[in-house]
Amino acid sequence: MIRPQATLWALALSFCVAGAFAQEQGPGLDPHGQLQNPALQGRFERITKELRCLVCQNESIADSNVELASDLRRQVREMLVAGKSDDAIFKFMTDRYGEFVRFAPPLTAKTALIWGAPFFMVLVGGFIIFRVVRQRSRMPLDE
Amino acid sequence: MWKFLLPFAAFVALVVLFAMGLNPKRDIHALPSPLIGKPAPEFTLTDVLDESRSVTNSTLKGQVYVLNVWASWCLPCRQEHEALLAISRDKVVPIIGLDYMDDRNKAKMLLEQLGNPYTAVPFDKDGRTAIDWGVYGAPETYLVNAKGRIVFKFISPITPEVWEKEFLPRIAAARSGT
Repeated sequence: MIRPQATLWALALSFCVAGAFAQEQGPGLDPHGQLQNPALQGRFERITKELRCLVCQNESIADSNVELASDLRRQVREMLVAGKSDDAIFKFMTDRYGEFVRFAPPLTAKTALIWGAPFFMVLVGGFIIFRVVRQRSRMPLDE
Repeated sequence: MWKFLLPFAAFVALVVLFAMGLNPKRDIHALPSPLIGKPAPEFTLTDVLDESRSVTNSTLKGQVYVLNVWASWCLPCRQEHEALLAISRDKVVPIIGLDYMDDRNKAKMLLEQLGNPYTAVPFDKDGRTAIDWGVYGAPETYLVNAKGRIVFKFISPITPEVWEKEFLPRIAAARSGT
């Protein structure tokens, strides 16, 4: 008899394996092929992973097969070949699609909340723990 | 006292946040365009209906116009076609129909069969003009004012109600130069 837990584990494992294969297939799906210059190809891969596909919003344009993503990859590729800097490419995209097109928006006054929130929460959490621990350590003395 | 009030305030804040997030009227996929208030990107393309005719928006400066992004493969565009035809009959503003990543013959056929609401139909075969305009789907509709600036972008099919409520007041404002 197969225990339900074992079945679950097998299922989870199969998803992981499927995920790994899906990852491997990704770049091969690009009809434009690889860039000749390996340095440019490296930058191409990094930049396209950093840009959001606006049709399927949780995928990057590197991962997505939507036509728009393919068009934007073509755009990135052409700008790289034309010698444009990474910043110029990101600016081209944000000028047209807004900050949302970037998965990691730059730190500005508007995005300060997103970048600051984790640190703020650690501070608040730390403060609460500090207070609780101090209170508890005082308890026996108070009794 | 604050021991009770603080979590309660946090709870209320979360409820408000979730209520806003779950609002069915809010389309989470509709993105605000960074091009609002910016000069409309210029293009020179050929006309879908006549390959030898070139269409450019640079000659439209000083004129309020609407740019509607559509394609023959786009089903929601079919939905708004009737509304666009009705709008074009009123002749309020020129409607430019940017044909997005389409097949010229299919686009031609569709306009011949269903009617052509557009004053010009620039053919954006490879989607480059669309990228300049920040298009990420069809249909999308832009309103450009007399100064050549984009003042409004509407994502999803246009209906007579949308035209009346969202476009007409803005067209009036765009005309008066505000």
